[in-house]
Amino acid sequence: MQLILESLFNGVAIGSVLLVAALGLAIVFGLMGVINLAHGELMMLGAYSTYITQLIFKQVSFLKPFYDSYVIVAIGIAFLVSGTVGILLERTVIRRLYGSPLETLLATWGVSLILQQFVRSVPLAYGSGLVISLFFGLFAPLFISDELLQGAKGKLIRASTWGVSALLGVATGGVLSSLVSKLSRASARNVDVTAPSWMRGGIDFVGITFPKTRLLIILITLISVLVVIFFLDKTAWGMRIRAVTQNRPMSDCLGISTETVDIITFGIGSGLAGVAGVAVSLLGSVGPNVGGNYIVGCFMVVVLGGVGNLLGTILASFSIGIMTDLIGAGRLLTIWPEMPSPIYSTIDFFATTSMARVMIFALIVIFLQFRPTGMFPQKGRMVES
Amino acid sequence: MSIFSTKKSWINLTIWVLIIAFIIAAPSLLPVFRLNLLGRYLSLAIVALGVDLIWGFTGMLSLGQGIFFALGGYCAAMFLQLNTAGEFPNGIPEFFGLYGVEKLPFFWEPFKSSIFTLISIWLLPAIIAGLLGYLVFRNRIKGVYFSILTQAALLVFFNFFNGQQKLINGTNGLKTDVTQLFGQMVGSEIMQRWFFWISAILVILAWFFARWIVRDRFGNVLIGIRDDEARVRFTGYNPVIFKTIIFSIAGGLAGISGALYTVQSGIVSPQFMTVPFSIEMVIWVAVGGRGTLLGAILGAVLINYAKSLVSEALPASWMFIQGGLFILVVTALPEGVLGWIRKDGLKKLLFLIGINKKLETYPSLEVNEQGEVKS
Repeated sequence: MQLILESLFNGVAIGSVLLVAALGLAIVFGLMGVINLAHGELMMLGAYSTYITQLIFKQVSFLKPFYDSYVIVAIGIAFLVSGTVGILLERTVIRRLYGSPLETLLATWGVSLILQQFVRSVPLAYGSGLVISLFFGLFAPLFISDELLQGAKGKLIRASTWGVSALLGVATGGVLSSLVSKLSRASARNVDVTAPSWMRGGIDFVGITFPKTRLLIILITLISVLVVIFFLDKTAWGMRIRAVTQNRPMSDCLGISTETVDIITFGIGSGLAGVAGVAVSLLGSVGPNVGGNYIVGCFMVVVLGGVGNLLGTILASFSIGIMTDLIGAGRLLTIWPEMPSPIYSTIDFFATTSMARVMIFALIVIFLQFRPTGMFPQKGRMVES
Repeated sequence: MSIFSTKKSWINLTIWVLIIAFIIAAPSLLPVFRLNLLGRYLSLAIVALGVDLIWGFTGMLSLGQGIFFALGGYCAAMFLQLNTAGEFPNGIPEFFGLYGVEKLPFFWEPFKSSIFTLISIWLLPAIIAGLLGYLVFRNRIKGVYFSILTQAALLVFFNFFNGQQKLINGTNGLKTDVTQLFGQMVGSEIMQRWFFWISAILVILAWFFARWIVRDRFGNVLIGIRDDEARVRFTGYNPVIFKTIIFSIAGGLAGISGALYTVQSGIVSPQFMTVPFSIEMVIWVAVGGRGTLLGAILGAVLINYAKSLVSEALPASWMFIQGGLFILVVTALPEGVLGWIRKDGLKKLLFLIGINKKLETYPSLEVNEQGEVKS
């Protein structure tokens, strides 16, 4: 019983990292049919944001008393950072490629290469400065009244907001690199995020120790899922997003600005990748390649869960998580030691983390033989779906 | 009617003579290091041809060609290892000793035969590609779903080969450059020269083969699948069969390519199955020109050459350049360089720089900037 409970907990913990990472991917894929291969790198940016936030809280004197709560601040910052980069990506690259998903896939791969090399060869302080200037440059026009943005004067105002944000970015970069010496040099080495003291150790419950970091990750995932469900189901923009997901040309005809919907969706999807990055940074060290370890798992979740249904995404990530733990950690063998020997030896052969992936992929391909469009396919009468 | 009757045939003949002359003369023109690199890139051109067949002509973007590439490489490497194994204890390759394996794993046995190896280099990847493809295509899984599944399959194979030390030496891979073939070291200069020639000849043969496929009725169906699969199905063709066959052909080409690459680079390892390498294969085709066979070959050779030159000069910048290439080629040059040239791209460029004047087809209808018709 204890074993089953422990296995279930581990599975849910693995699954919730997958879920929060795949959530953004699934929303964007459902809406635009676009697979974002840079999703892993957006997670990586989120993880680096956590690292930078932690260092700032450690070094800056007036933030020191609040050091323990940096993780919560980091979640917000990671969301904004990845969201900003995601929106920039949408506006500059993906926008041009709607209707050709395979080309989008290649272009986003190019973006992911650039992002990886970017964190390797640009000092993190100036990298965050760049993100800050992008952030203000992209969002400042939203807070200026439309009248001011019209005509030739409007162009000048737009240009000047970009100028001001660029200055702001350079200033932040300079201040950061002088305050926190670790951020002033470019480095390709992996960095470590140390969890604050209240997150270390575990909680004992019915004889099992639940690590607090894992519990926190499950909590983060739970909150993200709830917020996303609330946003999609209860808000006006959520309704528009659902409408565009179901029928883009029709929504366009009914006066929904599909362009804005795309930006918002992509921003949220990328922001969720950032949140996933915070979770990932708590589990292991952070490096330029950290996203690549999770991205294929996320794709499998999307394929298995089907498009346009959050329930599918949730179920798929938890079942993959639980399967990974059952097979990979060899827990199935401990739970059921007297299973017939041919099955026993087969499962024993697959009882490592990497071999478990082999088995899970095989299982997914078998599953797709029966349900080619995933657990909860979108209903429709189109030939191409 | 002789084939040399037109002017174009004479140009073609001259080009072929030049190419063959270059291939024969290359070993004496290029230093050994460069020759070896060129040979490797020529072998990569074969896998690029396969990618072009499935992506450029059939519209399926596979991100998992590395599987078949590596399988071909492993077949060749296993044969070479066994060929030299007589000197080692137990008569099996040296690395087995490290893991305490005393008996040759069963699937190594057939690779003692050179004929079996020569066949399996292309047949084994082709069969696996065919099986994998059939299972996927049967369910009408296509588009991005197909790409993701191939990528996941790639990762699965990577994990499998990476983790099995006792079967195929895991992460370390199999070395070929210190093995012997015909009494010569595979890594020696003379063998490398032969491998260069073999690669060059096989590229040409593979090109003819691919051209024969796409110019036939079979090729028309492939292009039909790319442009509108549903319509092909409604016309009575079964796309599954065509897709499976072409995917398995591409797998076979990848296997040949992998074997040639392995003997020239001296090692085969699970690194051939990493995700970036397989996506790179796609970008060679994309830059060269998807849907043009020559473009795939030129793309593979030239981009790899550029990669080695840039990496020698500025190691950090290649990732930026490569990333930029991906973005540039899909946004600005979707047809690739060769496709762009064939579509009068050069004329447009000349026009942009102002060398050629724009032709006015209907001068009386030309409209000026204010929207008035010029008189």
